[in-house]
Amino acid sequence: MSAVPGPARTRRDTARRDTAERPRRFAFTPVVAVYVALVVLLVAGSALVALGGGVLLDQGGVVNILTRATALGLVAVGQTLVVVTGSLDLSVAHLVGLCSLVAAETMAGSGTMVVPGVLLALAVAAVVGLVNGLVITVLGVNAFIATLGVALVLRGYLEHGYTGPAGSVPRSFQHLGYARVGPVPVGALLALLVAAAAWWYLRRTRGGYHAYAVGGDVDVARLSGVRTGRTIVTAHVLCSVAAGLAGVFLAARLGSGAPHVGTDAGYDLESIAAVVLGGTALAGGRGGVVGTVGGVLLLATLDTVFDDLAVDPFFKDVVRGVVLVVAVALYARRRPFRGAA
Amino acid sequence: MTRRPRLADGTAPVLVVLAVLLVALAFAGPAYTEPAGYLALFKRAAPLVLLAVGQYFVVVSGGFDLSVGALVTAEVVIAARLVAGDDANALPVIALLLGFGVLVGLLNGLITTKLLVPSFIVTLGMLLVLDGAVFLWTGGAPRGALSPSFRVFGRGGFDVPLLGQVPWSVVVVLVVSAGAVLFMRSGTGRTLLAVGDNDTAVRLAGGLVDRLRLVAFALSGLLAALAAVLLAGFAGVSAQVGAGLEFRAITAVVLGGVVLGGGRGSVVAAAAGGLSLEALFSLLNLLGVPGALESAVQGLIIVTAVAYAARSTGPRRASRARERGPVTP
Repeated sequence: MSAVPGPARTRRDTARRDTAERPRRFAFTPVVAVYVALVVLLVAGSALVALGGGVLLDQGGVVNILTRATALGLVAVGQTLVVVTGSLDLSVAHLVGLCSLVAAETMAGSGTMVVPGVLLALAVAAVVGLVNGLVITVLGVNAFIATLGVALVLRGYLEHGYTGPAGSVPRSFQHLGYARVGPVPVGALLALLVAAAAWWYLRRTRGGYHAYAVGGDVDVARLSGVRTGRTIVTAHVLCSVAAGLAGVFLAARLGSGAPHVGTDAGYDLESIAAVVLGGTALAGGRGGVVGTVGGVLLLATLDTVFDDLAVDPFFKDVVRGVVLVVAVALYARRRPFRGAA
Repeated sequence: MTRRPRLADGTAPVLVVLAVLLVALAFAGPAYTEPAGYLALFKRAAPLVLLAVGQYFVVVSGGFDLSVGALVTAEVVIAARLVAGDDANALPVIALLLGFGVLVGLLNGLITTKLLVPSFIVTLGMLLVLDGAVFLWTGGAPRGALSPSFRVFGRGGFDVPLLGQVPWSVVVVLVVSAGAVLFMRSGTGRTLLAVGDNDTAVRLAGGLVDRLRLVAFALSGLLAALAAVLLAGFAGVSAQVGAGLEFRAITAVVLGGVVLGGGRGSVVAAAAGGLSLEALFSLLNLLGVPGALESAVQGLIIVTAVAYAARSTGPRRASRARERGPVTP
C-alpha cells in the first residue's frame, strides 16, 4: 500500500517531461514495474511463508525488511545520483567500512563525542567523493577506473591498518540502529529522509536537472552552458556522503566500526544492481530515486522471504543474479538502452 | 616507404613500463639475475595474462565482462570435483571445462545482444549466479582433488638448454597471444574493433555486430576457463581462487592502454598489461611493501596510468572515454 504514492508521482513527473511524445495515460514504466513486482513478491512471499507456518508481514517481519533495506538504501540512493549523471561509484563498499571505523573510533564509547564522530565520518566521505569526482572530471579518467582505483586505495588502507572491528559506539548512539517509532525503525526513517532529499535534489533543483542533462549527453549539456564537471563532482560528493551515512548507521548497529562491513555485503555492486532494478539507465540521464527505493525494498524482501523459508543463503545470490538480468531485460524490451549506449 | 614492424596504437607506453619493471626486478632481487626468475614470474602471471587477453576482446568491442573471476572459481571447483584425484580424468575434464567456459561466455553474449541488457549488468548477474551456485554446491569447501597430470599445465615445465625449465603455462600464453594477434589482424578482428568504435557504422556497413559481440564473450569465457586450468595447477583448489580477478583483468587491460568503451587498443598491450601488473606485485614484494598495501598501490597506479593516457591523447578521446565508460551495451 505504501508503494502507491511513489510510482504515481514519478509517472506524473515523466509525463510532464515527455508530454510531446507520451500521452498522459498510465505508462508501465520500470518504476511502476518494480513496485508491482514488490507487491507480487510480498503477496507470494507471505503465502509461501504461511505455508511453512510463519508470517512474513507481522511487526517483526516489517522491521526486518526495513532494517535490511536501510544501509543498502542509503548507499543505493547515493549511487542513483551518480548513475543519473552517467557515472558510477565502485568505491562505496570500502567507504562504508571506512566511515564506520572513523565514527566508532572518534566516539570511542564516549557519549559526548557522538556529534564529532558523525561529522568527521561524513567529512571523510565527502573528501573521498571529491577525490572521485575530481579524478573523473579533471584528470579525465573513466569513472569505472577512477572509482575502482579509489576503492583499491581504501581497501589497501583498511587491510593494512585493521584486522577486525575497532572503536566503540556509546550506548546512546546505538539507538540509531535499534530504536523504533511504532513498527518503523529510526534508521529506516533516516534512509527515507535521505531518499526524499535526493528526490527533491534531482527533480526540483537546478543541480538535479543538470545531472539529467549531463547523463543524457555530456557534450550537449556542456554546449548548453551546464557546468558538467561541477555537476559530476557534486553527484560524487553526495553519493559518498550517503555511503558515509550508511557506515555511521552500521556502526550504530554493530556497536563498533568494522573494516569489511561494506564489502562483505557487496554494497558496491549491490547498490548498482538496486539502482538498475529501479529502472535507472546505467547509461545515465533516465530514472530516479523512487525506482531505486523500490529496487532496494525488492532485494530486502527477497532476502527476508528466503530467510523465513530457511533457503540456503547462497541460493539467494543465484536468484538475485537472475532477477537482476531478467528485470533489466524486460525494461530493455520496452526502451532499448542501445540508443544511449 | 620502408616496411618496419608496426606497433598498434597505444602499445608503446605499456611496453616501456614493462621493461622498466623487469629491469627494476633485476636490481631488487637476486632471483632475477637468471632466466629462471623471469620464467617463474611469467608462470605466475600466465593466468592473469590469459584473462587480460579474454577481457580485451570484450572491452574492445565496447563491453565489460565482470563474470570471469566467478567463472574461474567455478571452473576450479568443478575440476576438483570431477577429476577426483584420478589421472585418467584430466584431459576429458579439461575439455569439459573449456566447453563450460565457452557456454558461459555465449550466455553472457546472448543476453547482451538479444535481450539488450548492458553487459555490465549481464555479467554482474552471471557473477552472482556463479558465485552462489559454487557455494551452494560446495558449502564453501570444495570437495575432490586434482590429479598430478591435471596440474602439470600450471606448475610443470620442460627442460630447454640455456633457459633451464620452461613452464608449460608460458607456452600456453605465447600460443594464445599469437593466436589473438592473428585473430585481431584478420577481417573479423578488425571488424570487432570497429564494433567498439561505432557499432551503428558497422551495422550499416553490413557487419554482423551481434555475432561479433557473441564471439568476444565466448573467447573471454574460453580464456577464463584456460586461466582456471593453469591457476588450479599452480595454486591449487579453493573457493576463493577467482575472487577479484575480474577487476584485476580489467585493470590489466586498461593499463595496456585499451580504452574502456571500446574501439581502441591492442591485444599485445593488454597481455603486457597483465604481465606488468604481476611484475609490479613481485617488485612491491621484493621492496618489502606489505601485502595489504598492494591494492592501494595498484589503485594509484591504474588511476595515474589512465589519467596519463587521457592527457596524452587529447581531450576528445578523454571525454569520449568518460562518457562511454560504464555506458556500453
